[in-house]
Formats: sequence, structure tokens, C-alpha cells
Amino acid sequence: MAILFSRIKLLHYRVLLGRQSVSSTWTPLGSTMIHSLFLINSSGDIFLEKHWKSVVSRSVCDYFFEAQERATEAENVPPVIPTPHHYLLNVYRHKIFFVAVIQTEVPPLFVIEFLHRVVDTFQDYFGVCSEVVIKDNVVVVYEVLEEMLDNGFPLATESNILKELIKPPTILRTVVNTITGSTNVGDQLPTGQLSVVPWRRTGVKYTNNEAYFDVIEEIDAIIDKSGSTITAEIQGVIDACVKLTGMPDLTLSFMNPRLLDDVSFHPCVRFKRWESERILSFIPPDGNFRLLSYHVSAQNLVAIPVYVKHNISFRDSSSLGRFEITVGPKQTMGKTVEGVMVTSQMPKGVLNMSLTPSQGMHTFDPVTKLLSWDVGKINPQKLPSLKGTMSLQAGTSKPDENPTINLQFKIQQLAISGLKVNRLDMYGEKYKPFKGIKYMTKAGKFQVRT
Amino acid sequence: MTDSKYFTTTKKGEIFELKAELNSDKKEKKKEAVKKVIASMTVGKDVSALFPDVVNCMQTDNLELKKLVYLYLMNYAKSQPDMAIMAVNTFVKDCEDPNPLIRALAVRTMGCIRVDKITEYLCEPLRKCLKDEDPYVRKTAAVCVAKLHDINAQLVEDQGFLDTLKDLISDSNPMVVANAVAALSEIAESHPSSNLLDLNPQSINKLLTALNECTEWGQIFILDCLANYMPKDDREAQSICERVTPRLSHANSAVVLSAVKVLMKFMEMLSKDLDYYGTLLKKLAPPLVTLLSAEPELQYVALRNINLIVQKRPEILKHEMKVFFVKYNDPIYVKLEKLDIMIRLASQANIAQVLAELKEYATEVDVDFVRKAVRAIGRCAIKVEQSAERCVSTLLDLIQTKVNYVVQEAIVVIKDIFRKYPNKYESVIATLCENLDSLDEPEARAAMIWIVGEYAERIDNADELLESFLEGFHDESTQVQLQLLTAIVKLFLKKPTETQELVQQVLSLATQDSDNPDLRDRGYIYWRLLSTDPVAAKEVVLAEKPLISEETDLIEPTLLDELICYIGTLASVYHKPPTAFVEGSRGIVHKSLPPRTGSSESAESPDAAPSGAPPSEQAAVIPTQGDLLGDLLNLDLGPPVSGPPVATSSVQMGAVDLLGGGLDSLMGGPGFTAPSAVMPANLGPPPSGGLGDLFDLAGGVGALSGSHVAPKTVWLPAMKAKGLEISGTFSRQVGAISMDLLLTNKALQVMSDFAIQFNRNSFGLAPAAPLQIHAPLAPNQTVEISLPLNTVGSVMKMDPLNNLQVAVKNNIDVFYFSTLYPLHILFVEDGKMERQMFLATWKDIPNENEAQFQIKDCPLSADAVSSKLQGSNIFTVAKRNVEGQDMLYQSLKLTNGIWVLAELRIQPGSPSFTLSLKCRAPEVSQYVYQAYETILKN
Repeated sequence: MAILFSRIKLLHYRVLLGRQSVSSTWTPLGSTMIHSLFLINSSGDIFLEKHWKSVVSRSVCDYFFEAQERATEAENVPPVIPTPHHYLLNVYRHKIFFVAVIQTEVPPLFVIEFLHRVVDTFQDYFGVCSEVVIKDNVVVVYEVLEEMLDNGFPLATESNILKELIKPPTILRTVVNTITGSTNVGDQLPTGQLSVVPWRRTGVKYTNNEAYFDVIEEIDAIIDKSGSTITAEIQGVIDACVKLTGMPDLTLSFMNPRLLDDVSFHPCVRFKRWESERILSFIPPDGNFRLLSYHVSAQNLVAIPVYVKHNISFRDSSSLGRFEITVGPKQTMGKTVEGVMVTSQMPKGVLNMSLTPSQGMHTFDPVTKLLSWDVGKINPQKLPSLKGTMSLQAGTSKPDENPTINLQFKIQQLAISGLKVNRLDMYGEKYKPFKGIKYMTKAGKFQVRT
Repeated sequence: MTDSKYFTTTKKGEIFELKAELNSDKKEKKKEAVKKVIASMTVGKDVSALFPDVVNCMQTDNLELKKLVYLYLMNYAKSQPDMAIMAVNTFVKDCEDPNPLIRALAVRTMGCIRVDKITEYLCEPLRKCLKDEDPYVRKTAAVCVAKLHDINAQLVEDQGFLDTLKDLISDSNPMVVANAVAALSEIAESHPSSNLLDLNPQSINKLLTALNECTEWGQIFILDCLANYMPKDDREAQSICERVTPRLSHANSAVVLSAVKVLMKFMEMLSKDLDYYGTLLKKLAPPLVTLLSAEPELQYVALRNINLIVQKRPEILKHEMKVFFVKYNDPIYVKLEKLDIMIRLASQANIAQVLAELKEYATEVDVDFVRKAVRAIGRCAIKVEQSAERCVSTLLDLIQTKVNYVVQEAIVVIKDIFRKYPNKYESVIATLCENLDSLDEPEARAAMIWIVGEYAERIDNADELLESFLEGFHDESTQVQLQLLTAIVKLFLKKPTETQELVQQVLSLATQDSDNPDLRDRGYIYWRLLSTDPVAAKEVVLAEKPLISEETDLIEPTLLDELICYIGTLASVYHKPPTAFVEGSRGIVHKSLPPRTGSSESAESPDAAPSGAPPSEQAAVIPTQGDLLGDLLNLDLGPPVSGPPVATSSVQMGAVDLLGGGLDSLMGGPGFTAPSAVMPANLGPPPSGGLGDLFDLAGGVGALSGSHVAPKTVWLPAMKAKGLEISGTFSRQVGAISMDLLLTNKALQVMSDFAIQFNRNSFGLAPAAPLQIHAPLAPNQTVEISLPLNTVGSVMKMDPLNNLQVAVKNNIDVFYFSTLYPLHILFVEDGKMERQMFLATWKDIPNENEAQFQIKDCPLSADAVSSKLQGSNIFTVAKRNVEGQDMLYQSLKLTNGIWVLAELRIQPGSPSFTLSLKCRAPEVSQYVYQAYETILKN
């Protein structure tokens, strides 16, 4: 059966080849990591293709389109798609599919991580990553992709190195280039590529030396009907923006480093020092970077900052249902919960909802059945609530599925895990930098079942 | 001003316009034109016609322009090889440039131009760049060797680049080391036999040092390379593990997973009593959990790998059940994987939580996911016995929701629960029967019918229920038809008086009105069975069925061990060894876990030491399935059992009824045209039962008189045969040829119903008796059998001549393998020729039929040789001494009457013999020579 199937596919493929003018050559035994990359927008147009070895006909993407059709939603397209001669690995970011074509056994995470790096690089270069921007900068994009991968091997993926090789476009530079005839390709050897600190270029100079660290924590949680926690975990990151002259050597210490038992570091962090002293010691990259990410899952450590009281009832006989939810703060250490947003996918049987919020705006889309309520800040003295009725399809029994409530919120100046930075010190340079640290807690995938 | 302007040129005369601009005198205009060309290229337009004009822009000091031209060249050089030559000079010049960036760029680009003529010019510059003072150039050049190897492997070897590359592993710069490893790994992939990456403790140490300092991508290459190393003892394994564990904290998930692979593999060598073993287990959990908070695509790959890891070492994640709970907005592919792992981790301790979750999922919107959640409840019931009751009641609750697909899935899994716990939950049958009308999916209908048939005696109106299905018999799918047929026969056997009409009706529907051979044959069998011997029919059809177990959806241990070696690769995503699906991986050597030192569990992986025969030889002669299928399709095959519980559906159950019940003895019926190959199971003591013993006896005596017998080698590794391992050898004792087999069951289930068949072969070898295995083969049991052979089968010339393709059937599947038999088993006892006859024949056979061979390293005297060969039916006709050399004249005859004459020249004091063979069918000579070699050297 499987053999038959692949034969049919092949036939299909040949037919397509006949239509296309692009010549295609299958290399029989090349083991290039990543053969080609196609960028595809949500309406299914291939708007950029890059081949690192021989040209792979874009008809290979037909297998991707088939999978896309089956998946109904863009998010559900499987990340690995087999075809008779290749494997397609894809990520979906910023409404663009980045589809990598590979031909032999390679680690799929390798490819997916690389694709993420491509997305990050585009964003870094152009501010946003979108079809329009990529098309506007197609030559730079092409040059960058060529630098990132050589024969399928990653070459330069650190953005500071890439920026030395190919200057990001700025309005000023474009004007200057046109006048002076100079180019946006650097002609110096990217110093970082060879030093022991490949993430940092030499000769960095700033008039204002500053180092900012943001501790951002996201809570993922599933709360059951009765309000008890089924799972809760914290994904934390420390993002840094370091603009320091020369080769500064930083150490960052925590009040409670024991919280961090599951951490992933930027390559700049000296692992041994962390293992022995629980101190982060590193020469930082220049500019924005993620210093570390961590994971706190032990349930007793995860405080749940908000609660949702809900009363949603579909009655069998009546065509009216009752809907009422209230949101309130729980363990917030006295901080304000803001940016609260409630969304819920209502069952198909719900025709419309007539609701009154005590604060904020709400919408219900009768087509997609999506209810969203932009609550804003929670005032503990006057809890926000949304009450009203649902009109249900007459004559049908009550819906089988209960709606799940999705919650978004932000709490400034609080790391919900309790993580606190103790001090930041700099060695190796003489000047006194300006240092800053900020905390924030956000909802990740925060779901309340009803 | 943006690049989008490059896309807005007018269609008409676009190429012409660009051509003019490319040839412009103004630098700026030229550059803009090249950019336009590149822009067109990126969107897939064909701009190859501009080749000469673009190449003309190459000689420039402007680095950006140079790069753009290079980009263009890489894309189109292949289509314009003659033109591409024009670029060579510039490349060679650039390789000497003082700027290392330019040198590297030139060597990098040259490697990407896949034109033979250019590669010749590449060698010298490449050699220089590999020894460049600048590491940036060296590391680029290392990759270039891999590129060049892909274009012209011979050239790379001739030029000695591989050695230079190996030297780079000891380079002072970690980035160069990483690239050298990457390049060597890539080259090694197409040269599986070469030991390019010949790792030893010194080079491992260098790699481990480089690991700490190179880029994240380099770390992946190095880790994957380390994973192929086999540490010499547990101490070395532990020290490597210690140096690899810091990688678990890397931000790049591919690095993390590659490190997990190395650790999982080397852990195998550590003793479980070691403190470090426990520490390592603890260290593995957090990074795996962290992978699950990454982007969904990464999660998916991680989950597929975790699925393997929890099967191999469940203890790592046993406390982490909750991280696999499904969020309602996870992508469907993540949801399904999480669900699978939840079941694998389910245990008595956490089953309550798991069930509550599963019930929650069963009310979600996504149909696929809901279905799988319902099935998962069934799997929990089967896996955790204590929870079965709770599972059943949960399923009943779900049936009450009346959601159509939920009800159908629930019925399918309840059927499995009945099979695991017979006579326990039959009270729910009434509820199930209420939902009979709503079932519209074949699988659910078949399951329901099975339940009705199986418990017919407890369902008062079973006949009515089954009759209602019978009305639309021809519109049902095959699995429902088969199930209905079996169920009605069961019903008849249980309540013969009331249901005679019904059974006649279904038998005639199945045998007369159906085009489906499976259905027809099953109908005939039942018919015959019922009409000849109703008692036997009862025994067969109502036979006790083997219980199903949770293990059916586990991966076979041997395959699992191999897959653990491929953590992080595509193989781990598809749960298949790379040989099964990656194109061009013909040479991939099977990987296996290292044996645990000082422990007896080591002998688990079957291909760790393929004694005797080199594995490559075996792989080469395995026939494609298509060759054999034609001959062997006659065997009645049940569907394969492995896979999710779906496989234990009605069709297969039908097959179990048929095959497990000992029906094989009735194979005279239509559709079974291979009676000789099918073993008569359960026939009591078979008439030929003593034969095996007889041969064993002969084997004891034959040590003196019988032919040489080679030690057994593995013919069919367990991995390829769903757990059945076959090793064997051939022997010839007092005129009888036999195949001595050792069958080992390495699967988790009992194997039975063995049968064997040979494909047509050069000498008509065929089994002289069916394969006699009386009792089913329990897991881990081994049985030794001697299968008598004759040479009266069909003849077809094979290549190689002594190739024998064999099919072995058991209750699981049919497996094919092929083996080479030594020719001397075909040397008959009356192969001694008269002297005169010998002389005449020798002269008669034309000289071009003579073949000469050297037998080296055989320090035997002429007499010893003579007697040794005689044991294997090679007879010495005459012996002469010519100029101090012993000449033996020998003859032998093959089973098909072909005579082979031999002259063996033995120089006293020299261990080398010269063998001249003359035969009318000269193609056998080579194999006769091989027989000589084996006999003389053993």
C-alpha cells in the first residue's frame, strides 16, 4: 500500500515538473543539512526561494500545500512533512511559513532552530518580519541567508557577526550609499567569528554605558472547574540590553538562586562558575540578547495571581443560557493586575450573547463564536464582572463541550516565582555603567476550565 | 528606496533591458542591474540567459558586487559550464588575496559550483586554504572538502584531502575542529565502511575540549559524532557523560537533544548501582521538560523523542506527568503526542488524575483528538488493571453523551477491555446494545458485532440483532462482513436450534454472492467445518483467545534500542530506523546500544556481533519483496499485530480465530494452495515427529562421516522480523541435506503457526517436510530445529548461484530473508570417478572451462587434505608426485548430476595450494572453490 502510494505521488510530481520551466536536479547522495528554503505566505504564494546546493523545484511545496489544506488551520500544519525524495520542515511565524527542504537524515531540531534564527535575524535587521519587508529588502535577505548557511552548514548566525558582514538597511545608509557609491557589505573580517567570544565584536564604544536586565515570567496554568490548580508552571527569561564599551566582564548574583534548577543559558555564561557558586559570570554580547531562560514547575512554588469565578449554564429545555464570570486578584503581593483580557471559544450551539460588563469592552463574534472581553486593570475593591444571557439554537440538546476561558494579564514589578537579583558587578573596564533591573509577570497559556 | 523596485520592471524585454544595464560603464548602474537579476532569481524567474554579462562584472574591487555575482554563479554555473570556466581565474586570484574574508569567500563559492571542469582548478587553492594561517579560512575550507567530495569523491581521496581533514580535528581553533567533524561526518555518511571518524580516547578528548568553546551548531556536530563512539569501559563512559551534561543547559534545543542522545546511549554502560547513574537520571528530566515550553514545532520533535525515552527509561519522567497535560490551544499534532505519552506514564499512582484529564479532553471540539482521548481511556484500562473499573464507568458516562463519534470510539475500546478482562464487565452490554442504531463506522459496527457474537449466550435477542445487520450485508465493509460471518457462526454453535436458518443465510451470502476471496474462503472453511465435524468446529471457533496486553503498542525492544541511538534525528520522529526511509542511506550501519559492563543484560541487541558472515553481505542479497511475493502470496496472512490498539480490531480477531484455532490442518480448502508450507499445528504427535530425533542422532555420528558444518549465523535479525530471530546453517549427513535452524522469539508476544517456504533456486532445494514446531514460542524462548531438505523443487538460476531466498511465516507476519548455502552440501556420496573416465573427461572439457584458484594458509599434508575432503564427498581419484609437488586429482558430483574435476597442487612446506577446476558448467567453479576453502580451513 505504501509503495503504491508513493508511486502515485511520484506520478503527480512528474506531471507538475512538466508544467514548470525551472529545471530540477536531484543530487543522488548529497547530505547537505538544509538544501533549500521557501518562504510562503498565508495565501499560498512562494515569494522567496533560496537554494544552498542544487535547485530543488518549487513543486516540492505541493506536498506542503496538501498538508496545509488538511490541517485547516495554519497552526496545525505538522512541522515535519515527508515527500518521496525530501523532507519538508516548517515553522509558521509572522503569518509566513518558512519551509526548509532536506534530503537526508538530519536532526530536525537543528533545522527548526535554524529557521527560528532566520526569523529572529530578519526581525533584527528590518524591525519586523513580514512579507512586505522581506520583498522590500530581498537582496539583503538573500545575502544574509547566504552568510548564514554554507553548503547547508550554519556559518554565521549571531546577529552581531552578520551585521558586520552585511549592514542592515537604514534610510540614512541608503542615501549615503547612493551618493558615495559605497556598499552595505562590510569588507572587514568579522572579528567575532574567530575570537573566543564569538558573540561579541571588538572595539565597541558608547558614550553612555548602560546595562538593563528584564526578568520576565510567564505563568502557564490549567485551573479546573472548582478553581483548583491542575498544572502550573513558570517560564522565565532574563532579557538583557547591554551597551557597554570595550570588553566588560559581568557577574550577576541572585538573592535566591536555588529557584533556578532548570536553566538554559546564552553561550556567553560560564557554566562552571554557575555550577559551583550559583553566580552568572559572562562577557555580554553587544546589544539585546537573552541571558537565560528558566523553568519553575514545582507546584507549591507557583503562586496563582488571579482567579475566575464562573457560572455558565446551558439548560436543556430553554433556548436561553446564563453566563456570568468575575475576575479577581489572588496572590499578587500587593501589585496591580493589569492588561487583563478574557477570551473564550463558545460552543457551536450558542447563537448570540447579550452581556453587560462592569468595566471594559466585550465582543462576541457569532460566526467564530469567539467571546473576548478586554477588562483592563483589576480593582480589588470593585471586581470586574461580565453577566448576561446566551441565546442557544432552539431544539438541540445542550452543547457537549464546555467553553474554556483563556486569560491574559500583566503584573509589573513582580516576578511571581519570587526570583530577585542581588547585584550586578562589572570587571575589566574602568568606567561606571548605569545599571537597571525590571520585573514583570505575564500570563502564558493560562486556562480556566468551566 | 527599497528593493521592491527590482520587481517592477516591465515584463516585455526585461532581459534585454537588464543586459544593457549590466554592460553599462557606470559602476553604480551595474550593481543595480546585478541586484535586479538576483531579485528575479529569488522569486524563481529564469535569468540564466544573462550569464556572460553577469560574469563580466565579477572582476571588481567592490565586495558587495563580487558577492552578488558569486550568488548568481552558484545558481546558474551548472547550466552554463563552459561559461563558468571564465570565472576560474578570478577565483584562483581571490584565493591569494591578502584579505582572509576574500580568500574564504572564493574557496567557499568555488565549492558550490558543481561543474567538473572547475573542480580540477579548485584543488590547489583548496590545499593552500586548508593550511591557511587564518582559522576563518581553514574552517571554510574544511566544509569545502565535503562539497568537493559530493561532486567528485575520487578526486578528494586521490588528492589526500581526507587526511588533511582528519588533521584538522586536532586544530587549535574549536570552530575549525567543529567544521572538520561536520565535514567528515557528511563524507562518512556516503562511505559507511571507511573509518574516517576513527575515534580514540585522544581524539575524543580533543572533541570534548572543542565542545566547550565552539558555536552551538558545532556542538551539535561534535555531540552527534561522540554518540558514535564506543567507550572502552564504564569509567570512560562516565567521564564523557560528565563532560557532556553541561550541554543540557544550552539554549539551543538541538544541542540539548543531541546531548540527551549521548547520555542515553552511554548510560547503558553504567551500572545501576552507581551513584552517578542516579544523578544522571535526575539531570535528564529538567531539560526534557523545558523543551516542552518551546515553540510548538520544537515541542513536537521533543515529544516524539520523549516517547522513546519514556519507553526505554520510564523512571526519568515518572514524576512529570503534569507537563504532558494538554492545553486546549496546543496544535493538534502536539495534543496527540502528549496524549500518547500520558498513557505511557500512566500508573496506579497517577491514574485518577490521568482519567480526569482524559474525560475532560473527550468533551473538546476537535474530533480527532476526542477520539484519541476515548481510546486512551481504553488503553489505561488495559494497562493499569486497578483502574479498569473506573475506566469502564467513564466510558459509559461518555456513551451517555450520545455524541456519535464518542459512542463509536467507546464501543471499539470496550471490546478491547472485554478481551483483556473476560467475564467481568458484561453487565454493560445492555447499554451498548441501545446504541446499535447510531453506529455508522465500520470499526465500531465490527466491534459491536464481535461483542454480540462473543457473548451471544447472554444476549437474549442476539439473533435478532445480528439478523438486522445481515439485511444490508453487501453494503457493509469487509471487516464488518467478516465479523458478521464469524459472529453468526459463533451464535449458531452456542444456540444451534434457533439459528440454523440464519447461519445458512450468512454462509450463502459469503460464499455465493461475494467477490471477496477472504470472505468467501472463510465462509467455505466454516461451512466445511460445520458440516463435517461440529465438535471440532466448536473447538476451533469458540477457542479461548489470547489476552491482549498493553505491550502491543510498545516499540519492539530491539528497535527501541536502535532508535535510542538516533535520538534527535528524523528516525526518532518517525520511530523507524533510518534504513527504512532515508533515500540514499543504503550503507547506513545499524547502530546499537553499548553493552552494559559487568552485567548479563548485555546480549540483548542481536546485531551487536554478527558472528561469521559480514552483515553487508547479508543486506546485499536480501531480495526485494516483490521478487518473492509472487511465489509466496499463497500463504494466508493475518494483518500485522504491532501498532496501536486499532490493530486488535475485528479483522485481526477474525484472523486469530482462524489461525489460532488450529485450522491450518484444514488447509485443503480453496484458497490455500501452499499446503506443504503450512505447518499442521495441534495435530497431536505428527508422523514425522521422530525424524528430527533421528537427525540429531545422525548428527552425533556424522561428526566423523558427515560434511563440514559451519557454525550458525544470524540470517534474520529480530529487528527485521518483528522480534523473530533466525540463525542457522546447512549440513549434509549420510546423504541427507538439512537446514539447522535456531528460532528465538525476541518479541513480547507468543509466536505460533510457523511455516517455511523456499523460493525457486539454482539447485531446486526445497523443504522435505514441514517446519515442526509443536508448541508456541514464548517470549525469549529459543527452539532448535533441523529441517530436512531435498533437491526436487523448482529450479531457477540465482545470482549468486548459491543464493537461497526463504520465507518464514508465523502468526504475526511473513518474513523474507536470503542466505547463501555452502555448495558442499550438494556433493553426493557417489561422486568418485573412475581413473580412466577422469582422464577422458578432463581432456574432453575445453580448456576455457578451466578455472584456477589459490588456497592460502593451509598447512596440511596431501594425505590430510585428501581425507578431510573425502568427509565432504570430494574424492581423490589419483595422487602423483611431480617435481617435488603433490598433485591430487579429485572428482565430485552435484545433486543435479554435474561433475566437477579438480587438480590440487600441493607444494610441501608451503601453505599455499593451487586448485584447478574443470567442469562443463564453469559457473559453479567459483562456488566449488569456496567449498574447498571452507572445508580445508575448518
